Amino acid sequence: MSMTGTYTGAGVVDWLTTFFYRNAPWRLRGEQTPARIVLMMAAFLFGFCALGGRLVMLGLIAPETYARHVGAAEQISQARPEILDRNGIVLARDISTPSMYGEPNNILDIDETVERLTAAVPELNAADLRSRLSSDRRFVWLKREMTPAQQAEIHRLGIPGIGFVEENRRFYPSGRTAAHVLGLVNIDNQGIAGMERYIDTQGLAALHQAGFARDARTLEPIRLSIDLRVQHALRDELIQAMDHFKAKAAAAVILDANSGEVMAMVSLPDFDPNHLETASGEETINRMTAGVYELGSAFKAFTVAMALDSGEVKLTDSFDARQPLRIASFTIDDYHATRRILTVPEIFVHSSNIGTAKMALKVGIDGHQEFLKRLGFFKAMHTELPETAEPLLPARWGELSSMTISFGHGMSVQPLQAAAAGAALINGGRLIEPTFLPRSADDAEKEARQVIKPQTSDEMRDLMRLNVEDGTAGKADVPGILVGGKTGTAEKVVNGRYSNSKLLTTFLAGFPMDKPRYAMLLMLDEPEPAEETHGYRTSGWNAVPTAGKIIARVAPMLGVTPGPGLALVRSEPDSAAF
Amino acid sequence: MFDRTAQGPIARWWWTVDRTLLAALMILMLGGLILSLAASPAVAERLELDPFHFVKRHALFLAPTLGVMLMTSMLEPRQIRRVAGVVLLIGIAFLMLTLGFGPEVKGSRRWLDLGPFALQPSEFVKPAFAVTCAWLFAEGFEKPDMPSLPVAFGLLVLIASLLVLQPDFGQTLLVVIIWCALFFAAGMPAIWIGVFGALGGAGLLSAYALLPHVRSRFDRFLNPESHDTYQVDMAMEAILRGGWFGRGPGEGTIKRVLPDSHTDFIFAVGAEEFGIIISLALVALLGFIIIRGLISGIRMKSRFERLAVTGLMVLFGMQAFINIGVNLSLLPAKGMTLPFISYGGSSMLAMGFGMGMVLGLTRKRPSADPLARRQTSSAMKERTA
Repeated sequence: MSMTGTYTGAGVVDWLTTFFYRNAPWRLRGEQTPARIVLMMAAFLFGFCALGGRLVMLGLIAPETYARHVGAAEQISQARPEILDRNGIVLARDISTPSMYGEPNNILDIDETVERLTAAVPELNAADLRSRLSSDRRFVWLKREMTPAQQAEIHRLGIPGIGFVEENRRFYPSGRTAAHVLGLVNIDNQGIAGMERYIDTQGLAALHQAGFARDARTLEPIRLSIDLRVQHALRDELIQAMDHFKAKAAAAVILDANSGEVMAMVSLPDFDPNHLETASGEETINRMTAGVYELGSAFKAFTVAMALDSGEVKLTDSFDARQPLRIASFTIDDYHATRRILTVPEIFVHSSNIGTAKMALKVGIDGHQEFLKRLGFFKAMHTELPETAEPLLPARWGELSSMTISFGHGMSVQPLQAAAAGAALINGGRLIEPTFLPRSADDAEKEARQVIKPQTSDEMRDLMRLNVEDGTAGKADVPGILVGGKTGTAEKVVNGRYSNSKLLTTFLAGFPMDKPRYAMLLMLDEPEPAEETHGYRTSGWNAVPTAGKIIARVAPMLGVTPGPGLALVRSEPDSAAF
Repeated sequence: MFDRTAQGPIARWWWTVDRTLLAALMILMLGGLILSLAASPAVAERLELDPFHFVKRHALFLAPTLGVMLMTSMLEPRQIRRVAGVVLLIGIAFLMLTLGFGPEVKGSRRWLDLGPFALQPSEFVKPAFAVTCAWLFAEGFEKPDMPSLPVAFGLLVLIASLLVLQPDFGQTLLVVIIWCALFFAAGMPAIWIGVFGALGGAGLLSAYALLPHVRSRFDRFLNPESHDTYQVDMAMEAILRGGWFGRGPGEGTIKRVLPDSHTDFIFAVGAEEFGIIISLALVALLGFIIIRGLISGIRMKSRFERLAVTGLMVLFGMQAFINIGVNLSLLPAKGMTLPFISYGGSSMLAMGFGMGMVLGLTRKRPSADPLARRQTSSAMKERTA
């Protein structure tokens, strides 16, 4: 203790000196400078190694990512695969055409160049050529997609600064026939609508960018579910019907009821995909998928199926259709008013609004909504076609909504969607998403959803057949083929009100009803009375006979032949008459 | 070239200057000219100028840059200190003039119009500031009673404020980095490292909070999906397209669409044409210059020389690092020139001035001979014992 005591004074001085001078917070540590510069060197070394490492990393990933980074300009008119129908007939293919470009800075004399080019190919516009060649760009297109003869003519002139690039141009041998299914490509041969667009979304665009798809011959053709023969017959009959009934538009689809394959789909008016420039907006609308419609009484098939499937209603039940239904300020009455008590089959065959509305009420609003949701009517249906539309549902779903929707007013859906649901009514109750690509019935089975009981489906087939034999759809009958269906005549909404002069007639059908193979939906927009219709414009007078003609024509192509037994059944009453 | 015993000023310069560093710098200048040939015709065409407008001007600026560098490298340390001081004073005056009279280009006032060419005073201020601060810090040792540290700090605040007012966040950042690096090298006590770290963080945060364009650039870097990262994406694309070996001189395409392909993004544009291997060589060359310069700095005898060389090399190194980092998407987008490579007269001349000072300071001098070094080291040992 005493030892340390003697040093206390000096220790304090030392400590103070250390604190205020050597260790003072503001005192610079000059002796550390070299070490600190070394530290900074290390930091720079680390930083520059990081830069180098990053460069090496980029070098390693460059080959893979390169495809992702190709600019749009390099995708000009790449090759596309052929599109075939289900039997291998070509629906779309590439043909190679020369496109002429100019390099303005290599042009010696613009006037002379323009003069000689227009002399060789008179369709070129001199003023346009001059302005393009006068630009200060290095590359200008002069004329896309010329004929080889024109190319040879210009080659012969040997004008400097003019060159050709072979471009792939899409050609559709069947023209308008399957226009809406096939869709469109733009001038750079990129799919912009229909199946063409679908192909691009399925990896073709990536192939293009990787530079693999320059030659169409190396690409696997795409086969569709469409049968070109059926497609042609369907379109041909629809054109005749549209013409005959002076309809604004017509559309139809034929579905394989067991596989969901679209065998044919037509929307009129249509366009020629080989001459896109002439197509109007009205023509490019695919009414079967990109439009939604109130389908009218054809919807009753779904209401009746719902009522039977719920167990609340049996085929033998009856409903009072003597009085029109009044709710709020609305009156629901029948078009073919019978003013009597009707059984369920009678309601279906006479297309009674009062009867179906009462059936819907019996099931209840919740049950009604749940059933329509089960059929997929509450959301847009998505197939391979990019053109799709959301259904229109009532904003508030009260009793009145349920009643009107029961006979097809107040709810708009895609026609293709309704056709798929119609197939479910007759195929044993399985809802199968439609497809435009080939699909086997077994594959469809895996994706199918049971939406009604098989027994209900049997009853619906009976009802739909009965409707052809004794009801509104009589004109769809085809000897030897058990056609069944439900007609619909919807009043179109004009300026927010239902119009009784503008109608949309529909026919939801299936054939043959003893062993259903195909479902069909047909619609005519604003048909007019024709000579043989006695002033009527309802479905039974226009949509139904058209469907009958179509079925008679396509059934043999689809392998549905008149069965001998069936023919006998049909001929029985006739022979009895003799 | 010269006889070793020749006594003329040029011969003496030749035998004393760091010829390796000089060669590396000249290779860098040559590389800059080649990259300018690759990158700038596209920009010139876009601006509807003669395709070689920027190449010609690049070459035109290269001659005086080389001249300034060589002339400066002939100066004695004391002359260098004075020249730097004068340049700094003039530079500060010009910075003030810029705020008052400079034309507004792309939202900021950075230029002074001097007839045939526009001068960017901030470029000249940076090396002059580095040397002057080095002197002030060195004075802190020699004359402890002089308030050199506060003066150095005041200088920093003055210049940084002038640059923020332009606004030029990149140059502000560089000036702050130089000052901190010098303070650190001069022997900043440990607690100050914490204090300055905190201040620097706060400065960056406030820049982010208060300056909208800084914020947007930073956000874009952190979250590329949510913002427009066109330039950085294009730079990335250019490098990826180039791959290891490049697409060949003149074959680049990104330079046609990237707005600053001849200045801030010349590295990426060059990589597209010359490939990643050449880019690596460029990174290595820049790294070599920095490390060699800093090693020379450590070897310097006087505190002033040591700190001045360090400050100048940090300026050079940070500018190169940030520029390439941005090109490689490692750092948020920040307009900064790549020394001797990017197009820009002021930047090039100022860099020549800066590197000239490094060459001048690191010249072998009698006082730096082995004997003298041994003496000082033994003297230091005595002091620390």
